[in-house]
Amino acid sequence: MIHYNKFTLANGLRVVVHEDHTTPMAVLNVLYDVGARDENPGQTGFAHLFEHLMFGGSVNIPEYDEPLQMAGGENNAYTTSDLTNYYIQLPAENIETAFWLESDRMLSLAFSEKSLDVQRKVVSEEFKEHYINKPYGDVWHKMRELAYNTHPYRWMTIGKELSHIENAQLEDVKAFFFKFYRPVNAILSVAGNVTVEQVKTLAEKWFGDIPSGEKYTRSLPVEPPQDASHKLEVKANVPLDALYKCYHMYPRSDKRYYAADLISDILGGGSSSRLHQVLVKEKKLFSNIDCYHFGSLDAGLLTIEGKLVKGVKMKDAEKAIQTELEKLQGEIIADRELQKVKNRVESLLAFEDMSLLNRANNLAFYELLGDAGLMNKEFENYEVVTAEDIHREAQLLFDEKNANTIYYYAENQG
Amino acid sequence: MNRTIPPPIKDAVEFDIKLKPYEKFTLDNGIPVYVIKSEEQDTLQLELIFPAGSWYESESLEAAATNFLMKNGTSKRTALEINEAIDYHGAYLNRNAYHENATFTLHCLTKHTEVLLPVLQDVILDPVFPEEELQLYKQNQKQKLAVNLQKCDFVANRFIDKYLFGEFHPYGRVSSMMAYDALQTETLHAFYQKHYTYNNCRIFVAGNMPANMLELLNKHFGSTRWNGETSHTRLDLPVQPAEEKKFRIFNDENGVQGAIRIARPFPNRYHPDFPKMLVLNTILGGYFGSRLMSNIREEKGYTYGIYSQLYNFRQVSAINIQTEAGRDVCEATIEEVYKELQRLQNEAVPQEELDLVRNYMIGSILGDLDGAFQLIQRWKNLILNDLDENYFYNNIQTIKSVTAEELQHLAKQYLTPGDFYELVVI
Repeated sequence: MIHYNKFTLANGLRVVVHEDHTTPMAVLNVLYDVGARDENPGQTGFAHLFEHLMFGGSVNIPEYDEPLQMAGGENNAYTTSDLTNYYIQLPAENIETAFWLESDRMLSLAFSEKSLDVQRKVVSEEFKEHYINKPYGDVWHKMRELAYNTHPYRWMTIGKELSHIENAQLEDVKAFFFKFYRPVNAILSVAGNVTVEQVKTLAEKWFGDIPSGEKYTRSLPVEPPQDASHKLEVKANVPLDALYKCYHMYPRSDKRYYAADLISDILGGGSSSRLHQVLVKEKKLFSNIDCYHFGSLDAGLLTIEGKLVKGVKMKDAEKAIQTELEKLQGEIIADRELQKVKNRVESLLAFEDMSLLNRANNLAFYELLGDAGLMNKEFENYEVVTAEDIHREAQLLFDEKNANTIYYYAENQG
Repeated sequence: MNRTIPPPIKDAVEFDIKLKPYEKFTLDNGIPVYVIKSEEQDTLQLELIFPAGSWYESESLEAAATNFLMKNGTSKRTALEINEAIDYHGAYLNRNAYHENATFTLHCLTKHTEVLLPVLQDVILDPVFPEEELQLYKQNQKQKLAVNLQKCDFVANRFIDKYLFGEFHPYGRVSSMMAYDALQTETLHAFYQKHYTYNNCRIFVAGNMPANMLELLNKHFGSTRWNGETSHTRLDLPVQPAEEKKFRIFNDENGVQGAIRIARPFPNRYHPDFPKMLVLNTILGGYFGSRLMSNIREEKGYTYGIYSQLYNFRQVSAINIQTEAGRDVCEATIEEVYKELQRLQNEAVPQEELDLVRNYMIGSILGDLDGAFQLIQRWKNLILNDLDENYFYNNIQTIKSVTAEELQHLAKQYLTPGDFYELVVI
């Protein structure tokens, strides 16, 4: 049970506070309700590039990192398809430094041409390092385009292509900032050795006078149900054949999300999971196989991916996966196996809550979902899932019409 | 309110960092148990550690394969039964073999400790190394290696350690298809019996323990002299550093980036220069605001990230600067790295920068000591290296008091560009 208090400033900034007096540290986390899904299709990768620019100095503070390091702090940020999150961890005595820094960059960035110029290059190198210069690095780029026709999940957070990043202009940066990076579109969470009163005073002092901004109302194109399976063959300079299958699942706030999440764990969670046990250990068709999803806020993809043992035919590997999926569609799962995946969730949540940083991140995340208090009810959502729910959702999820498959072949390999 | 004026801060030197002491117990057979208790959460971490890393192998990969396969079958349980038991209770049993030590780490909810310990006992005291499991391990590891060998960063890490220590030294030896092929159940079993003995075992516990924890540990690990006694004296092994200094390797003709490694040997953690070098390394490339990051990422945009690190190896350490940079800017990146080394040699670090790095390092240590799992990690590093809290406090003192002159002197001694190995893998 994570205790918290929350309040909203007059300008619309939502604030969540979690007191923990067993630690000497504090975390300040700012979540902005904007991600790659909110980008213009001709300017993909912008939300993430923007995240880099947030470190290039703000209107009153030329250097973001230096004063923070001087206060003994560390920081980082991440951008997903759904949101952008910034966090600082520092000795609790110096928490005001975090308020000062984060509020100034919410007030306004410095918008420096030099920073944009350098970060375009840095992000291009990040793109190369993770998506071009790695075997199988392009697969998510291809899979998103295969699986989505209309929803902006069809491009990756890093961007659809390098040119989109290279062409970003300072005017676009300014417009993006004043549209999305406003108090009314942000959630501040503070955790650690602080008090609610202290956070109230500091939040009011540093964030209180920032103009509210206009509430961003999201209206993204909805991906219609898929009515035929999609397949793509790829040949590339990789050492092993690989198989990727993705099935459209449910939005994060849909009750059925929890059944789908448990299904991914039945198939791919831990060494005793079905796909690992049957396909890697017994049938020896794959050298590794995983089942996962990204927990996206809009309807995401439940993914099965594996590398084939040399000499195994793609057709046979795919058929063996199919057999496992059909088992889940045909037979009701045993109580013990269902209990196993629920126990795994219980444990995972407990270990996640150990870190102060996770608690701060999660409180902001659940507040974005609608209420920070949902964080404490999460396990109940899993507990109520029945074997029949798993059976029913497996039938819907693994309908062949809902499948997107990439056959990734090694070219020039013996 | 004037937003250009930073709020007052408490300075690093004012933080009085205390390393919370551990409790030590001894099992009936003499196994030491180091404990950091915490009742704030319902979670437990239990680690068994043996000097059974690659240092002790006679054949490459023996240590890693033994450690991995111990979990894959005992005389009473199949690999699946072990995995089922662990997974059913939402636990994680991770195993790792490093250069010196091999570890088994159980993470679980406190309430499941008692039912999981018999499984852990089986894995540690009674593994049987089934032939089929070994064959599968070889096949799958070779496939994984084939994928990794296509990555420039992976290849660069292998080569640079080979240059620093020589391919026959445990620090420079690397995996290979041939080495996997050569593994045999008999040799793994022999390695297991020789190194996973009761008198080689140390136990580290952190978190919320059941009230009868020691009783349980005694029951499962403390009642017999399992696997007999090992006696060994650990002697340093000869290193054979490469004679050439500069290497360019083409691993992928279509590569769009090069993995750059610039490295030199450095004395180990027992040497008086080591704590000071931790500070100098941080200034050079050990944090986001470092010289290398500021220049090569934030000024030039040549890379997504560039870092320098100090190896934590026991016999001998090394300074290693690493980055992946655009293919066409690799040479320019190397030139800038050398400029930064020389700048540290030629100019004293400005007071403001040194203060910043002190504060950053102290803040970072304070954060690292937050929670029982983190604390035991600190203690483990000291205990496994035969050190105590004085070493820790001495490092803190060095961070707080080392002078710019001392750092410049250190840079002159250790950061001469010509002394470094230089590698680019494209």
